[in-house]
Amino acid sequence: MEQGAFIIVIPMIACLLAWLMMPFDFRTNTTLRKRALVERLNALLPQTQCGKCSYDGCQPYAEAIASGKADINNCPPGGDETIRNISTLLGRDMKKLESEHEQQLQQHVVLIDEQICIGCVKCINACPVDAIIGAAKQMHTVISKACTGCELCIAPCPVDCISLVPVNVEIKKWVWTKPQPEFEVST
Amino acid sequence: MTRELHSFPGGLQMPTFKTLSDQEMSILHPLPERLILPLQQHIGIPSQPCVSIGDKVLKGQTIARAFGYVSVPMHASTSGKIIDIGDYPVPHPSELKAPCIVIESDGEDKLFDIRPTNEYASVDPKELQDVIRECGIIGLGGAGFPAHVKLNEGVENAVDTLIINGVECEPYITCDDRLIQEKASYVVAGTRMIRHAVQAKHCVIAVEEDMPAAYAELEKLIDDDIELVKVPTRYPAGGEKQLIQVLTGKEVPSGGLPIHAGIVMHNVATAAAVFRAVTRGEPVISRYVTVTGLVEKSRNLQVLLGTTVKDCIKACNFEADENCRVILGGPMMGMHVTNPDVPVIKTTNCILVQENIPRLPEMPCIRCGNCVDVCPVNLLPQQLYWFAKTDNTEASQRHHIFDCIECGCCSYVCPSNIPLVQYYRYGKSQIAAEERRRDGADHASARFAARNERLQKDEREKQSVKEEKRIANQKEDKQSYINAAVERSKAKRALNKKTLEDTNKDD
Ligand code: SF4
Ligand code: SF4
Ligand code: SF4
Ligand code: SF4
Ligand code: SF4
Repeated sequence: MEQGAFIIVIPMIACLLAWLMMPFDFRTNTTLRKRALVERLNALLPQTQCGKCSYDGCQPYAEAIASGKADINNCPPGGDETIRNISTLLGRDMKKLESEHEQQLQQHVVLIDEQICIGCVKCINACPVDAIIGAAKQMHTVISKACTGCELCIAPCPVDCISLVPVNVEIKKWVWTKPQPEFEVST
Repeated sequence: MTRELHSFPGGLQMPTFKTLSDQEMSILHPLPERLILPLQQHIGIPSQPCVSIGDKVLKGQTIARAFGYVSVPMHASTSGKIIDIGDYPVPHPSELKAPCIVIESDGEDKLFDIRPTNEYASVDPKELQDVIRECGIIGLGGAGFPAHVKLNEGVENAVDTLIINGVECEPYITCDDRLIQEKASYVVAGTRMIRHAVQAKHCVIAVEEDMPAAYAELEKLIDDDIELVKVPTRYPAGGEKQLIQVLTGKEVPSGGLPIHAGIVMHNVATAAAVFRAVTRGEPVISRYVTVTGLVEKSRNLQVLLGTTVKDCIKACNFEADENCRVILGGPMMGMHVTNPDVPVIKTTNCILVQENIPRLPEMPCIRCGNCVDVCPVNLLPQQLYWFAKTDNTEASQRHHIFDCIECGCCSYVCPSNIPLVQYYRYGKSQIAAEERRRDGADHASARFAARNERLQKDEREKQSVKEEKRIANQKEDKQSYINAAVERSKAKRALNKKTLEDTNKDD
């Protein structure tokens, strides 16, 4: 009997302590807690800002997941890795990507054919990360380090001079291949 | 006083095959027609070319400058013409191309005007470091870390012991052994210079027990200022952390550097290079390379950097075909190269030609624990294998995957033929790639936020301009209303006055 009481009391005390140790705001303020969740979700998204999840960028998608409006498997650039990370964070089951777009495994950037560009600034206005520089009636160019490969600038271009190219693998960024044994492992 | 030796965990005793190549004098490799010099032969930032295509250069002339602190300059290995600066295959497991400078030799091998530093003992340690850096000296034992960086750590921290590592523990490799036997005076003099550069209290030169000839050569030259130590032959006793453990009993903590234990370690070849740099102003442009294995005449060659691996093999009367595997480095940690046209670089210590026997197929892990017993850093190889296989990067890091020195002991003993090291290399590069993606994502999200802020600001500005206009308009309205009202009242008053006057007139 005595022991039984302990088994109940000790976890209760532990819970109470944990609750007391939280910052005061956290205990009372649900918006604050939600904001923290949005931040953590956003940190797991690839930040391509492409809108393929049907939201206006990664942060808005993170907000939609946090408030239960969106599912966790709608981000094509992130693919399986991102879905797995979110499912771990939220303690949900792993899912397959659900989107009209394909999962992108290779990283891409865009290039502007500077011979053709007429300097209409339409692409600049479309780029979510300000990766294009140029002024009206001047040739435009892409800062490839900043370009996320979101493709949003391609459609607005009236002369079709923007194309998507895969990022070259440099030695520094090369990744070893994983050995592929013939037998199957269950994960 | 003889030093008490300690031990490190795990490790292996295995056939060394060193007698194949350690018996004979090394020979100078003939001058090749073309030398390919990769801009990155060291760990850190690649050097930047300071010559152009068509330039004539002399042997020892600087052809690429150090870029940033963790970088070293590069020098022409012979005199001739720069015929290209572009991407060529380099010795790297990816077999990708990387930027190189190509020199066409003029056959004269004419030396650039080089300046020695006399009386090193009287120069400031800092100055000595600069000399070492300008001569392009990096860790010549295999890691390729710029030497001046390690020396500088030594100047900024108190150094208890300087260790000069001559423990060549991997099978087949004998280039350090031969170097000591043939150039012991360089090694000892270089050791004293490094000691001066880091102001070390104690100084040890360590060789392996099965290098008696090298030991004897060194013994002739050293005084009481340097301890000469024989360490038992057990792989990987020459690993940096393992050798520190053997010589001092201290364990360098996970993620820590030897300097945290008051230790600076350099390779014997690095010491010899320091001697050359200081006394003659000679940069690193050649090195000892062991060519061994299937080749007809296993031996050590003194090779100019930039000579192709194929030429070195040919110099040992052999032609590598598809029945051979060419390994740069030793059988445990070396890398397999399929293109024999890659050049010898500063860190190429051995060219090993083996029969191309297909690997036995990988079988499931049977949890025998053999790998745990041999790991020299006390890791759990079978766990790390599982985490790498399932892409569990978080667990890999928790189990210290980055402490793995890729010594290959675990793969060597695994009864299931699991290429364990390849899994760890995959795991490590995967974690690094994830970090890069993360960095890229942070960058993109910052730009996205900045743009949104800018758009909002533009919008706010537009709004406020509108608002001002509206208020201004309103103000104008008010003013004209007032003006009108004033006008009206004036008119009224005038009218009243007039009516009054009229009435008075009528009176
Ligand atoms: S699809 Fe993914 S990368 Fe694109 S905006 Fe949505 S969350 Fe960001
Ligand atoms: S340049 Fe184009 S593809 Fe690149 S981030 Fe901007 S809009 Fe996206
Ligand atoms: S949208 Fe096309 S044509 Fe217009 S500025 Fe951009 S690249 Fe040039
Ligand atoms: S040696 Fe191989 S089979 Fe044995 S526990 Fe280690 S990984 Fe598994
Ligand atoms: S390769 Fe890594 S895990 Fe395997 S024995 Fe060596 S240090 Fe340990």
